[in-house]
Amino acid sequence: MTRSRSIDVPVLARVEGEGALHVRIRDDTVHSVALSIYEPPRFFEGFLRGRSAREAPDITARICGICPVAYQTAACNAVEEVWGLDVGEPVRLMRRLLYCGEWVESHALHVYLLHAPDLLGYPDALTMARDHRDLVERGLRLKKAGNDLMDLVGGRAIHPVNVRVGGFYRFPDPADLAAARPWLAQALEDAVATVRTVATLDLPDLEMPYHFVALQPDRASDYPLEGGRVVLSGDGTAPAEAFGLEEFDERVVEVHVQHSNALHARLRGVGPYLVGPLARWALLGDRLGGAAGSVAAEVGLPRPLRNPFASIVVRAVEVVYALEEALRIVDCWPADPGPAFVDGPARAGVGHGASEAPRGLLVHRYRLDAAGEIRAAGIVPPTSQNQAQIEADLRQVVEQNIGLDDAALQHRCETAVRNYDPCISCATHAVRLTVDRG
Amino acid sequence: MPTRRPRLAVVKFASCDGCQLSLLDCEDELLALADAVQIAFFPEASSTMLRGPYDLALVEGSISTRGDAARLAQLRASARRLVTIGACATSGGIQALRNTRDVAGLASVVYPRPDFLDVLDRSTPIRAHVSVEYELRGCPVSKAALLEVVAAVLADRKPRIPDTAVCAECKQRGIVCVAVAEGQACLGPVTQAGCGAICPAFARGCYGCFGPYASANTAALADHLRAHGRSARDTEHLFATFNAGAPAFAAEAERQRAARTGAPT
Repeated sequence: MTRSRSIDVPVLARVEGEGALHVRIRDDTVHSVALSIYEPPRFFEGFLRGRSAREAPDITARICGICPVAYQTAACNAVEEVWGLDVGEPVRLMRRLLYCGEWVESHALHVYLLHAPDLLGYPDALTMARDHRDLVERGLRLKKAGNDLMDLVGGRAIHPVNVRVGGFYRFPDPADLAAARPWLAQALEDAVATVRTVATLDLPDLEMPYHFVALQPDRASDYPLEGGRVVLSGDGTAPAEAFGLEEFDERVVEVHVQHSNALHARLRGVGPYLVGPLARWALLGDRLGGAAGSVAAEVGLPRPLRNPFASIVVRAVEVVYALEEALRIVDCWPADPGPAFVDGPARAGVGHGASEAPRGLLVHRYRLDAAGEIRAAGIVPPTSQNQAQIEADLRQVVEQNIGLDDAALQHRCETAVRNYDPCISCATHAVRLTVDRG
Repeated sequence: MPTRRPRLAVVKFASCDGCQLSLLDCEDELLALADAVQIAFFPEASSTMLRGPYDLALVEGSISTRGDAARLAQLRASARRLVTIGACATSGGIQALRNTRDVAGLASVVYPRPDFLDVLDRSTPIRAHVSVEYELRGCPVSKAALLEVVAAVLADRKPRIPDTAVCAECKQRGIVCVAVAEGQACLGPVTQAGCGAICPAFARGCYGCFGPYASANTAALADHLRAHGRSARDTEHLFATFNAGAPAFAAEAERQRAARTGAPT
């Protein structure tokens, strides 16, 4: 007789956007796993056609309220490539500063409000605060520092208004930047304490044979944020191969599967691959010096790390990096930075732009005409790239934990999805969890 | 006897998540809020998902699928008060740009298999489907306004939300007018206040995140922009963004489109 089990989670909690999960188990064997993204499609690539390339940063920001800066940055990079604009050092630094704000906010949100409740056994951070008030308050303080940094540079934390193709409408007032130093320094202390806390969490075991993909910034001291070439691991140990973004379309195939409104990405000749904190840490973690490097060493964070449940520790280390980087930029900001943007005549051509969203690599591609109008747009968000890998993780999690009862197995599966900090709003340009053991 | 805490639901339809994130972004007030109300249903924040009835439902996002329309009707039936938060829920959002386009054509641009999708031809605001107690504007909403609306609606009083145009906020802040001084295209005269005039403060023209101000004279502003050399296409696009489905902005965008294509208005 066939024994079958079924668990159903129609609305996956503590993720950005709408998704569900469907797992079928027969005779203690995983029959199928599907991460279903039912967030309604919004057709951004469709209505970008016919719009001015100058509108791309503001329009694509609206794909995601959690990582608008990722979209704005990738859009600017793509258009600037077509138009041959070289933004110069101050703009590059200010972009990194704004992006550090987004990393701190988004990672603090995920570490404290979305993921830690799973690992400490609470339904949410607010309930967790009854027993761990200091912890939640530290998380909120850290998250607020990220938001305040985005307010300062971008005008507001969600959909910043100050970003334009070529740079910024204006640079922040130097006095305001200098005034940020004390609260950034406080946030850095909170961030280091966060690494020490999350490193003590009792994390489920899992070891996955990932193919990591991340952006490698040209500057050897930079951890990936706002640009660079794409690097991938061979069998996951070190950067084995690098290629320019112009090759991305040839290397990555996007597949439309029926259970998802997000396209699945696969690396040609490889299959599923991983983007995000674990990939950045594996491929470019040797670039983390300073407090980030020391605290990672202090807690004994292995590199590469192949347990997705431990991604929370990497996120915490990346928050330390982002705050150190923010402090470096504030400290070296010149008294006279020059113009806040560069401009130039529109040119026809195809341009690629990428950036490292908190949850992983984001790639934009635009074909522009000579009048500066967008003729075609393609956007490959991090969560759609990770979708196939999430399903592979889930299959492994279910197989390893088949002895758990339905409630415990469901919780483990949900946590495994949340390991990715999936941004479903992004991926649809979502996740339905049904574990159906029938 | 302790008073019963009001039950709050936060629900999402087609959107970017930014407006409900605004609630989690109230870092200084979040723990106090969670003491004052019972967060009964807020999937982005909690695995606890309690059934209604709710005393207040905050709704983000627009309606763009049959399934979402049905889900909204169920929510309305279980919510004593329903408040929309943000441009998507209040005017259809940027995805309302599909309302003037061929959806099958758009889908085929984005998805290899459009037949896998279940989408309506139009993206519509919540009000087009169910009654709404209050609509909070913004792309995104402002955090202070969000907290004020929650407090006011639960107390059954009118929220204290500015009813002027962005121009008034600009004057209050003493910002030099970017339209007059620099000739920038600025939607400040026709856009609902609420953001704090952040764009002019950053030396750019307002781009209409809060949608049309009640007595907005969009035609006069558009004619002024055209007279100063802005193309019909660029003027159309200025009105056709995050509040493209708001009637005053939709009408002006259509008037500009007609001027550009020679179609009758």
